[in-house]
Amino acid sequence: MDAWRGFKGETWQKEINIEDFIINNYTLYEGDDSFLAPISDKTCVILDKVNQLKEEELKKGVLDIETKIMAGIDEFDPGYIDKDNEVIVGLQTDKPLKRIVNPYGGMRMVYQELDAYGYKLDPEVDKYFNKYRKTHNDAVFDAYTEEVRKARHVGLLTGLPDAYGRGRIIGDYRRVALYGIDYLIEEKKKDLKNLTGDMLEPMIQLREDVSEQIRALNLMKSMAGKYGFDISKPATDAKEAIQWLYFAYLAAVKENNGAAMSLGRTSTFLDIYIERDLKEGKITEDEAQELIDQFIIKLRLVNHLRTPEYNELFAGDPTWVTESLGGMTNNGKPLVTKNSFRYLNTLINLGSSPEPNLTVLWSYHLPENFKKYCAKISILTDSIQYENDDIMRPIHGDDYGIACCVSAMTIGKQMQYFGARTNIAKALLYAINGGVDEMKGGVIIEGIEKMNDEYLDYDKVRKSYSLVLKKLSKIYVDAMNTIHYMHDKYAYERGQMALHDTNVERLMAFGAAGLSVVADSLSAIKYAKVKPIRNEEGITVDFEVEGEFPKYGNDDDRVDALAKEVVEELINDLKEHPLIRNAKHTLSILTITSNVVYGKKTGATPDGRKAGVAFAPGANPMHGRDASGALASLNSVAKIPYKDVCEDGVSNTFSIVPSALGHSLEERTEKLVMLMNGYFKQGAQHLNVNVLNRDTLIDAMDHPEKYPTLTIRVSGYAVRFNRLSREQQLEVINRTFHGEI
Amino acid sequence: MIGYIESVETMGLVDGPGIRYVVFMQGCPLRCLYCHNPETWAERKENPTTPEELVEKILRFKPYFEDGGGVTFSGGEPLHQPEFLLETLKLCKEKGIHTCLDTSGVGKGLEEEILKYVDLVILDVKAINPEEYTKITSKPIQASLNFLNLCQKMHKKMWLRQVIVPGLNDDEEHILRFKKFIDSLENIENVELLPYHLYGTSKYKKLGIPYRLEGVPAMDIDRCKQLQDLLTK
Repeated sequence: MDAWRGFKGETWQKEINIEDFIINNYTLYEGDDSFLAPISDKTCVILDKVNQLKEEELKKGVLDIETKIMAGIDEFDPGYIDKDNEVIVGLQTDKPLKRIVNPYGGMRMVYQELDAYGYKLDPEVDKYFNKYRKTHNDAVFDAYTEEVRKARHVGLLTGLPDAYGRGRIIGDYRRVALYGIDYLIEEKKKDLKNLTGDMLEPMIQLREDVSEQIRALNLMKSMAGKYGFDISKPATDAKEAIQWLYFAYLAAVKENNGAAMSLGRTSTFLDIYIERDLKEGKITEDEAQELIDQFIIKLRLVNHLRTPEYNELFAGDPTWVTESLGGMTNNGKPLVTKNSFRYLNTLINLGSSPEPNLTVLWSYHLPENFKKYCAKISILTDSIQYENDDIMRPIHGDDYGIACCVSAMTIGKQMQYFGARTNIAKALLYAINGGVDEMKGGVIIEGIEKMNDEYLDYDKVRKSYSLVLKKLSKIYVDAMNTIHYMHDKYAYERGQMALHDTNVERLMAFGAAGLSVVADSLSAIKYAKVKPIRNEEGITVDFEVEGEFPKYGNDDDRVDALAKEVVEELINDLKEHPLIRNAKHTLSILTITSNVVYGKKTGATPDGRKAGVAFAPGANPMHGRDASGALASLNSVAKIPYKDVCEDGVSNTFSIVPSALGHSLEERTEKLVMLMNGYFKQGAQHLNVNVLNRDTLIDAMDHPEKYPTLTIRVSGYAVRFNRLSREQQLEVINRTFHGEI
Repeated sequence: MIGYIESVETMGLVDGPGIRYVVFMQGCPLRCLYCHNPETWAERKENPTTPEELVEKILRFKPYFEDGGGVTFSGGEPLHQPEFLLETLKLCKEKGIHTCLDTSGVGKGLEEEILKYVDLVILDVKAINPEEYTKITSKPIQASLNFLNLCQKMHKKMWLRQVIVPGLNDDEEHILRFKKFIDSLENIENVELLPYHLYGTSKYKKLGIPYRLEGVPAMDIDRCKQLQDLLTK
């Protein structure tokens, strides 16, 4: 076949197997960044237009909303930014940044979103959708138990995807480029034919799923056809490969509005096509970069209709188009190609940006030149995050990608049931207050004894906390099973799931917020004297701490072990309860920017934290408590176990002032590489890197116009500093900056 | 054996090669005009630590040292606690950790023995002229010259540093004299001029110590770079 000319290997030709294709055909690149090309004239034109549109959008809130046509793979007419200068085409709707209404998750959210911007749903759609179509949100609340509703109401469980798309699913968009749609349909039809046996719920459900997937593949073909491309057959060159892959991704973001709509791991795959074209003399390096730049511009344009409250919670309009770069093969060869550099180079050519969420899979054995280039781009743009390939590869193999911030999954073989998080600091207060919510009152968890001691007794508190965690786990699992059962039923991501193996492995991702508060609180109770201050109802409103206690973030095992113990206990408690569709339990320590909101909703804690004060993000130590320098802080976080415990990720955000890293850019680059080598060698999972001055942030807060593109990394993704609320900006500024004089 | 540590910095990135665990030790015989760590002057007997305990803490950071980093003893004046320093250095070398001594060279004995276990010496050259030296440090220059000679005799790798203060030593003539001095030395891997800054002044107020450089502005960083070029190019 001409499309596969020159490609090596056999297995991938007999079955859908992208990993085998990559391993057999990619060209390792160990050189430096000197080959990279600048932005092209065409891309400049497009970029200017996009920047103008985005500026306009920021002023208005949204540019436009499509209110007649609802979300779907093939519902919208083709759209362009500037047809003559676009080398990669395709938009979510017929116009750039025009947002889609997605009612399948829930109508309530749709009304709120439209109201906020002064739009109204088309009356026909409104009438008939409400009358004839049940949504995911309706269904979930039909089934929720009283306990789940309570836990949700007080914020013991928050951010659950029960009123909007769950996201966190990565389709293997590469399959469309390598095989073409027709082959994928054939394979799914074969699968469907073989799905026989007792027609009980699992089989019925799977057969319906696969039928929907086939339908979705046909819609993708039709959608691409409207842009003038026939994607039924494999892509024949680099431009087509990028275009086919993008159409597949585009189908996903036309149909779904999940919180995180990640891209996967595409750079090395696409490099194979680019290398072939370069060798054949079909394109130049300038043209290769132009293709990638324009592809990335398209990814930066992806957006969804959200409520202003959602934007406030997540700081702007994140889409988590996460792309994973680098990493190693199972045989220990780096998966770095020239295209890994080209993706990072878009941060220079197009300017720094939160999206796509560029994630480097770090291994000690990555080529030195690549490590240095990543570090350099980090220092210049603060737009990259790092995750430890050496601990994730043994679990997920060498063709996994990151969804959202820190969630690893084997591409096309694993999917995730996203589960937001539970507030384990609040849970600790329940252990002291007899299961009563300290802010809203009322018994949320039954059967917990109230403590009346003048000073808290560690063993007693710890035992009661264990009981709370046990009961909480049951409620959390009930909520998650309900949500994902209904999501599969009423808002199934057929397009994305069509790009997975039929027998997909499901990971159910639970999460916990407030780990450092819990660790320090337990430490205070254990090593100092903690006196609860109670109101008339006997509920704690504050705590007096007498004496010193070890604090998480100082590489002190006495307290770090307490943090480790809590996460181990929580995952074991969760595992006590079975999950739908044989999903596997995983856990993350990740807050995104919601650490501010969680803090707001949580009363004073025994570590001396006052009511309403923000938590630290993710697994970070509390602000200002990591007093032994940056590495001690990193060492504490590195003790939170990944394998079998927090397999959905342990997020750590690290900020350092440039001068502390060294004098010159070259020196800073070298030191940053050493730092990451040392951190990840200890088995840590994730690191966000910000290299900036606190003064810059303070100035940006007062003069946002001076820093239109200032991007910083927070808990697993990047945001434009100017889109953070003032509260969130202050939280970032107060966060421990390492090397501050 | 007991030593007294003022504080540690687990991520020292400018005090020696690679990533360094920096131990700030208590006590210093000098009273430099521009000192920004006056809290380390007094021989306070706080935070007693044994060499074994300290090395155990240092070892926690070994993963970060593999690319050429290690431990740096600074202060205060690390040579001010010679027995403790020697014992700790020996243990570090046993564990294969790169050691660096950040010093003014003014010690209390055992220097030759100590230097056997030091991979790199960062010497703070306050001044090369005896009068100027005494003006800055309130002590005679001889001890530091003796230490420098000892390092030379033992062929120790060295980095030299000097703090540049406006109106005190920021003229070109001064820098050229320093350059000539350095040219007469061996094994100098790096020379660095540090611009005087004001970050330490608030500590004096807290400690109730009069600040002798009151009114002297911070050293202009660009000017300091020019001088650095003059020195090293």
